[in-house]
Amino acid sequence: MGYGRFVLRRLLQSVPTFALITVLVFLLVRLLPGDPASAMLGDRATDATVARINAALGTDQPIALQFLRFLGRLLQGDFGQSQVLHMPVTELIGERMPVTLLLSAYAMVMAIVIAVPLAFLMALHRGRMLDTVLRGMFQLGLSMPTFYLGLLFLTVLGAHLRLFPVGGLGRGPVDMLYHLFLPALTLGFSLAAVIARSLRAAILEVLEADYVDFARAKGLPERLVLGRHVLRNALISTVTLFGINLGQLIGGAVITETIFSLPGVGRLLIDAVFGRDYPVIEGLTMVFAVLVSFIFIATDLFQAWLDPRVHQ
Amino acid sequence: MTVAIDSAPPRRSHATLIIGTVILAVMLLVALVPGLVAPYDPLRFDYHGTLAPPSLAHLFGTDMYGRDMLSRTLWATRVDLQIAIFSTLAPVIIGSLIGMLIGYYGGIADVVFNRLVDVVVTFPFLVLVIGIVAVLGPGLINLYIAIGLVDWVFFARLARAEILVQCRLDYAHAARGLGYGPARILFRHLLPNAIGPIITYWMTDMALAILLGSSLGYLGLGAQPPLAEWGTLIADGKNFMATAWWITVFPGLAIVIAGFGFSLAGDGVADLLRARE
Repeated sequence: MGYGRFVLRRLLQSVPTFALITVLVFLLVRLLPGDPASAMLGDRATDATVARINAALGTDQPIALQFLRFLGRLLQGDFGQSQVLHMPVTELIGERMPVTLLLSAYAMVMAIVIAVPLAFLMALHRGRMLDTVLRGMFQLGLSMPTFYLGLLFLTVLGAHLRLFPVGGLGRGPVDMLYHLFLPALTLGFSLAAVIARSLRAAILEVLEADYVDFARAKGLPERLVLGRHVLRNALISTVTLFGINLGQLIGGAVITETIFSLPGVGRLLIDAVFGRDYPVIEGLTMVFAVLVSFIFIATDLFQAWLDPRVHQ
Repeated sequence: MTVAIDSAPPRRSHATLIIGTVILAVMLLVALVPGLVAPYDPLRFDYHGTLAPPSLAHLFGTDMYGRDMLSRTLWATRVDLQIAIFSTLAPVIIGSLIGMLIGYYGGIADVVFNRLVDVVVTFPFLVLVIGIVAVLGPGLINLYIAIGLVDWVFFARLARAEILVQCRLDYAHAARGLGYGPARILFRHLLPNAIGPIITYWMTDMALAILLGSSLGYLGLGAQPPLAEWGTLIADGKNFMATAWWITVFPGLAIVIAGFGFSLAGDGVADLLRARE
């Protein structure tokens, strides 16, 4: 099977996934106990106001009809109105999304920049002091919750040493990268730990392979042996893991944005939860899932590109 | 919150298992009788001794209300271990059962289940749990429910895969050949051989549950004040981090140590099972 057909098949496979995501998000707010209208109104709930909110949300209709309406609006890219900010959810998400995407991409790059060289270092110093120390550091990174790591960076590197700004987005591209450095480091650190550990194991395995001996035997400089032969083959097994964790990383943006007060969709979700803004919660849950699905698709396509055996 | 593939060599198995088990045993003990080990009442205010740094009287210092941080961190152990156990116990049992049945019988249930897995993994775990807590309302019980509603899928996926492998082995064919019923084959023959990876994953999952629970606690969606939980303790101290580091550092360390304990114990169990094969 050619790569083109593989791409097409992978895309078709995701159609039922998208359909099910839609159903699940729809049911999330409607099947769980708890009535959005009374929850939103709290103490102010009277029969009349509850009925009015239910009518506004459409939650007084039969569930099948609600689903059809939900689907119809969704196809037009309409997630309804925010009940707190009084603007279309789509517009809200569109406004906040770039921050989250930039932060996630930055964190991803940071994770790779940290993990790949350190994985090589660990593998080449296997069993020695450096290997043990780095492995300990990454294990620590995995046991530490993102919010705590973020607070530590914020206090020590930001407030105390004043190396980095402690919030806000900055102005202009360079300043923005400077402002987002700590949030991206916070968000990317656990991903770096996961990749470094897995890549270290993969490199050790690849180093045993005959083709590496052959590359060395034919007199290829060690730099090229490691870069061209070892890294590419070691990456194959790491790419899938990277994809899975990238999805979780986007979830971590919820916490990072809250700690560093960044106006992204993660922060929007937390605000919506506290404001009981159900249309926003619904829209965001959906957008997060769709985003991660695309990451999974991209991961599979990239892996097949790296390793043609996958699609042949 | 992250999925890790472990690369530990099988040699260190016993040291890993012993250190992990000791950490968890001490934590369990503290969780069972926090009143015996904690020097003070974790909720008592002392306006004359607010934000006091660590001293002999208060080893971990005091917070902005003069509450003893050592006592609060110790009492919080009970809440966080509860999160680890209560939010994963139902998923590990129900999820594994469902996974075993699906793996054994296959058919339409298998097709439906695989679709469900494809979908559930596309939601970042944290986002889905926050979404469910948003509907149910904040609090520990709802946190358990939210984690449970999602988490069982991962155990079912694991159990299904294990049963599929075990089913093809000779001893399973032999058991079937002897005319044993499905229940006997599943629980007496397949389960004991399939349970290793499930237990290992459970250990990891409990550590993840603590990370998740403390994160939600930090955000104000998990344990509610005045209940001491590591995440809420850190949230309490976050505005004093530059001046009173002790409020956040000790609960943070507790989370890290708990994570280490579970991950060492999990690695140890995995190594032990690998050695047995």
